[in-house]
Amino acid sequence: MKIPARQIKSSIKSILEKHNNDHGMLVGILQDTQAELGYLPKEAIMEISKQLGLPLTQVYSVATFFKAFSLKPRGRHQIHVCMGTACHVRGADRVLDEIERELGIKSGAHDKDLRFSLETVNCVGACALGPIVVVDEDYAGEMKPEAVKPLLAKYK
Amino acid sequence: MVKLMIDGRQTEAKEGAMVLDVARGLHIHIPTLCAHETVGPYGACRMCMVDITTKSGRKRLVTSCLYPVEEGLTVETNTPRVAAHRKMIIQLLRARCPGNDVLEKMAEQLGAGAPIFPQETSGKNHDCILCSLCTRACAEVVGQSAISFVNRGVEREMAIPFYGDWDACIACGSCAYVCPTGAIKLEDKGGIRSIEMPHNKRQFEMVKCSQCGRYFMPKKQVEWMAKKSGQPVEFFSVCTTCRK
Amino acid sequence: MNKLCSTQELDALRQSIIKKRNVKKTVVNICGGTGCMALGCIDVIKAFHEEVKKQGLADKVEVRATGCPGFCERGTILTIEPSNVFYQKVRKKDVAEVVEKTLSKGELVERLLFPDMNTGKRIENEKDVPFYAKQTRLLLANSSQIDPENIEDYIFFGGYSAMAKALNSMKPEAIIDEVKASGLRGRGGGGFPTGKKWESTREAHGDIKYTICNCDEGDPGAFMDRSLMEGNPHSVLEGMIIGAYAIGSHEGYIYIRNEYPLAVKNAETAIARARELGLLGKNILGSGFDFDIKITRGGGAFVCGESTALMASLEGKVGEPRAKYVHTSEKGLWDRPSNLNNVETWANVPLIINKGAKWFAGIGTAGSKGTKIFSLVGKVRNTGLVEVPMGMTLREIIFEIGGGIPGNKKFKAVQTGGPSGGFIPEKMLDLQVDFDELTRVGSMMGSGAMIVMDESNCMVDMAKYFVNFLLGELCGKCVPCREGMKQLSIILTRITAGEGKMEDLALLENLCNTMKEASLCALGQSAPNPVLTSLHYFRDEWEAHILDKKCPAKVCKPLITYTINEKCPNCGQCIKVCPEQAITAKGKKQPVELNQEKCIKCGSCLDVCKLNAVDVK
Repeated sequence: MKIPARQIKSSIKSILEKHNNDHGMLVGILQDTQAELGYLPKEAIMEISKQLGLPLTQVYSVATFFKAFSLKPRGRHQIHVCMGTACHVRGADRVLDEIERELGIKSGAHDKDLRFSLETVNCVGACALGPIVVVDEDYAGEMKPEAVKPLLAKYK
Repeated sequence: MVKLMIDGRQTEAKEGAMVLDVARGLHIHIPTLCAHETVGPYGACRMCMVDITTKSGRKRLVTSCLYPVEEGLTVETNTPRVAAHRKMIIQLLRARCPGNDVLEKMAEQLGAGAPIFPQETSGKNHDCILCSLCTRACAEVVGQSAISFVNRGVEREMAIPFYGDWDACIACGSCAYVCPTGAIKLEDKGGIRSIEMPHNKRQFEMVKCSQCGRYFMPKKQVEWMAKKSGQPVEFFSVCTTCRK
Repeated sequence: MNKLCSTQELDALRQSIIKKRNVKKTVVNICGGTGCMALGCIDVIKAFHEEVKKQGLADKVEVRATGCPGFCERGTILTIEPSNVFYQKVRKKDVAEVVEKTLSKGELVERLLFPDMNTGKRIENEKDVPFYAKQTRLLLANSSQIDPENIEDYIFFGGYSAMAKALNSMKPEAIIDEVKASGLRGRGGGGFPTGKKWESTREAHGDIKYTICNCDEGDPGAFMDRSLMEGNPHSVLEGMIIGAYAIGSHEGYIYIRNEYPLAVKNAETAIARARELGLLGKNILGSGFDFDIKITRGGGAFVCGESTALMASLEGKVGEPRAKYVHTSEKGLWDRPSNLNNVETWANVPLIINKGAKWFAGIGTAGSKGTKIFSLVGKVRNTGLVEVPMGMTLREIIFEIGGGIPGNKKFKAVQTGGPSGGFIPEKMLDLQVDFDELTRVGSMMGSGAMIVMDESNCMVDMAKYFVNFLLGELCGKCVPCREGMKQLSIILTRITAGEGKMEDLALLENLCNTMKEASLCALGQSAPNPVLTSLHYFRDEWEAHILDKKCPAKVCKPLITYTINEKCPNCGQCIKVCPEQAITAKGKKQPVELNQEKCIKCGSCLDVCKLNAVDVK
């Protein structure tokens, strides 16, 4: 579903005001934009470039450099599977495999109903309790492949 | 002015000058790929690395394009380890862009021998070694910043925004001019300028000289020059030959 | 609350807080950190609030959500004041009983007490729990009794008194001398002498200088900074204010990685509270010194933990490092003098100012002073955050505090320093943790992640893991790192797939040498460390992969085979869990058959089989 251009323009105007139109806060501006619009549509990136007076290439480069940003629409729920070392030695790969199998997608994608987006993340800092899966703001620790299905069922 | 020694030769240089420029002034050859006199240094290719010893005796390997001269500095531009690293770097680059004439010539000059890494046969790198000369020329010399690096790490590519937004590009060809490996190709034919970059290509209408009728400059570039200078478009519609 | 305009007013506020606190009142401190969140602490905290109210104890009992006490293995942790009872593995279903028995009547709930590993005897108080007994908790001392959202808790424990002392009775040069004399070295990984860095920044030309806190903590396995920033953010703010005053900076930034939302929230709250009290902003405590701090978030890039990449990101650019031939203390953020320090480094500063450089220098070794927080994780019984004096041996940390290897397995290696560090084998367990000692053996201190491995970890696989981690995180600017890491990954993948040759090892070593010496920043320069230490200390495993095409630890999938043996009675459990339907029943009481073509070696059948009928060769 395309977001109306008017909405993008006004969202960005207020986000930039909040950040005092500070170029240095570009990463924060992009984060707030993504939080509000769900992802970073092309129009939003162009609007930020226009309103901030930064070259389009700079905004686009920053948006594609950092893993936190998605230029494609995302699912309603964000799944982040931690692939840090402590989680890795405790079998994070198998948990990821199980989620990919269950949803029929690979990490970096969203399922066809836009219910879930799946990403890997390099360390959320709950290392003593790996493997960790974060869904939206909920942390699930000591995850096992068999716990995947019940976990995902909680999110419509 | 500071006094320093490069490859056994005493010399003097202005404070703030880079070792690479001073060496070149002495006709000492240091290979580079990402340095060009028209843009600021970047330090990405690492070819220009040299062994230095500071006045206090500290030994280091540094990129000469970015290392400012110091009083009492001793520079050695081709120690065994510098030579070894240059060979390794060219090996890595020729694996990335196999069969590229410029890189193969450099490999030969550095005595690198046969390739030691599996070569990238898919052609996906399109002869681009990510030296950033094109992006720096567009940003620093032309001031348009029409192209940049996108993505991160091994996915890094030089591209136009969204792989299709050519708005800021004035087709001046500066990028093709500075590209060290021929990854950006420019051709003027039949009143059309074709620019082919690693991941994007575009054709641009050219403008005829109002006097001799020869196609000489892209329309977008003429319009840009008119806008920048405040002069009317017609002012720029005469080619450089006819202007004389 | 009114703004405090002098040291006297701060002292008066502290006295009134101390007086207000009824030390006889029962307080239940529950860990609210991210680790315990993964174990349901939010529900536990909520349940405590409800139960205390329900059981009519609201005026006798205070429920406090605190910072991280560090013993994550045993979360959710709670400690009770004033009795000092320590409960672990607390879940929502235990809350009613704890309120009714312990908070109301002072009776213990035995099953929630920590059981001694050897005797099984239940231990009542935190200080007797072996995990804590051998630690020297200076930075983490008060985490389990401070509500990070309440500035009064921090002030109660003496918070901001160091800042008051520094701003109102010390000269900047004296502060720098004190930090220099303490011997404090950067805790982010570089280990650079902090006082010297401050001095360079102070002496640099320019009126505008920046004070930066690096909370990017990208090393996987490390969460010390997360714990400090979430659990005791004011300790970091206080350190930064003192540092800013010493170098002459009025603008500060705290760069927190995007993956730490709770740290961002708690840091923002702490700044707001500090501003309200006049501890941040204009004319701090009437000293005439102005300083304020902004929080910025990372965008998900490990490379932004590197100081110049972090600063580039703060300028709204991609996180690309640059050459440091001109130090950031001279030209850093926006080309201005900038002093960047790690979270833990900043948190040490108030302690040094209050207790003195001599006290600090009395802890630790000749070259490494003070304590260090390590995140002890992996194949170790007591995982969590461990704060010990520099100079303690790896053996003491892993075995006496960590409780050794679980499941009766044998210790194989410990990795320190994250992807920049190296593996340390068993024969070096008596090494003292010290910046220079760890570097001497091919590893490094790094930020403090300490990952323990046992016999079931493959050292070639671990080397591959770190290379692939860095492959996904490197910025891509310089050739040795970008192209080199790619080739390293190709070589390691071949070796772990049984396609390696002995000549690969010489090529690997040459490539590592160039990456080490020619890469632009520390990411590329230190990437060879895990590979070279693994090869150096565990060469037999590498040769087994190359010459025998075997993985001794049975990890590398292309080199192992799962088979069903005659113990299998066809119970059907493995058939149910096999994701590839590779197992079929052959008949009643006959072992099932595993189709090798379909088998992806995921290990599900091995996990579910209770009869030892699955072999891995």
